[in-house]
Amino acid sequence: MSLVWLYAVRHGGADRPPAGPGVDGERPRLVVEGPLVAVVGTVREEEFDEAALARAMEDLDRIERLARAHHAVIVEAAAEEPTAPLRLATVYRDDEAVARMLRERAAEFAQVLERVRDRQEWGVKVYVDAKPEAPAEEPASSGKPGTAYLLRRRADRDRGAQARERARAVADRIDETLAGVAAAAHRMRPQDARLSGRAQEMVLNATYLVDAEAEEGFRAALAAVEADGATVELTGPWPPFSFATLGES
Amino acid sequence: MTTGGLPVPGRTARPPEHRQESTNLADILERVLDKGIVIAGDIRVNLLDIELLTIKIRLLVASVDKAREMGIDWWEHDPSLSSGQRDLNEENRRLRQRIGDLEAARTRGELENGSAPDAEAESRPEAQPESRPEAQPEPVRRRSARAREERE
Repeated sequence: MSLVWLYAVRHGGADRPPAGPGVDGERPRLVVEGPLVAVVGTVREEEFDEAALARAMEDLDRIERLARAHHAVIVEAAAEEPTAPLRLATVYRDDEAVARMLRERAAEFAQVLERVRDRQEWGVKVYVDAKPEAPAEEPASSGKPGTAYLLRRRADRDRGAQARERARAVADRIDETLAGVAAAAHRMRPQDARLSGRAQEMVLNATYLVDAEAEEGFRAALAAVEADGATVELTGPWPPFSFATLGES
Repeated sequence: MTTGGLPVPGRTARPPEHRQESTNLADILERVLDKGIVIAGDIRVNLLDIELLTIKIRLLVASVDKAREMGIDWWEHDPSLSSGQRDLNEENRRLRQRIGDLEAARTRGELENGSAPDAEAESRPEAQPESRPEAQPEPVRRRSARAREERE
């Protein structure tokens, strides 16, 4: 028995399935319903039914393989057509169930696909030196070590708060600049420093939906941010994961 | 309907930006797990599980001991903004102890010919990362057992 894994829904390209391989090593297929084209894969039921998926979700290696394959197929699917990526692990019994869903949600998908047409998602991470500056001066000694300690602690705390405030201000300013060039913007939680392997602190982890025509301007805005002293990491273009949401106008 | 259609030359040529293996896993997970169209398929994957999963992922990939704080308020609670503050609590405890001792000493008048307590506290070298008291012996044993297996 097999199941149908849903990767993405797009407009067009009804004769060009992605090459894959997909999450189960399969070659992706297409389910066409009117103007909508679902990119799907036939997967083994024993590996993708509820119990198997629940198990898979406990296994980080398996999640990584699923996530990478899912992502890769969507990248391919989105190369030429407006495409709405599906969240990981959307699985149907058969093609007819997929087609029925496409019929029922045709209007919503049309809206989503129009929103992302000729636009790409770009991820931007900004790192700054967020370490508090060294103490400027010792608080005047009162002769009481306990008091001096408390004053030092307060100064440390104030500097920490100032560093956070500065980092927040930098992030807000950069986000505002980039959002001004983008069609839409979305901020994510900054990733942990141990993930990036950088000494600097990630102060901004955001993603932007950018018109193909505006890409040059977006890059120029990024370059200006960089010239300002921040370390900028650009990822993408991504399929519009963060901006393809049903039920939004 | 499944599409056969014309063979399209060049389909193997992936978009130039496609660097699947080098793409940061966290970046991918952020998108495929947290973003994208959400539809309940025929196979129920409890979305709460997905939420829990992202927390687990953060635990595993991102931040073993800080996930709780990250989940609540990253800015308020992340001590790594200042890496020197990592062992703040421990340092705090030691300094309080030290000050208690010093002030007790001062009241006994023994500090007259002693060294300046402030300078001493300041020059205290950065504490070496100490072996964690909560380190569990169990995984270590398993690891060494595995190492033995590999040697054989």
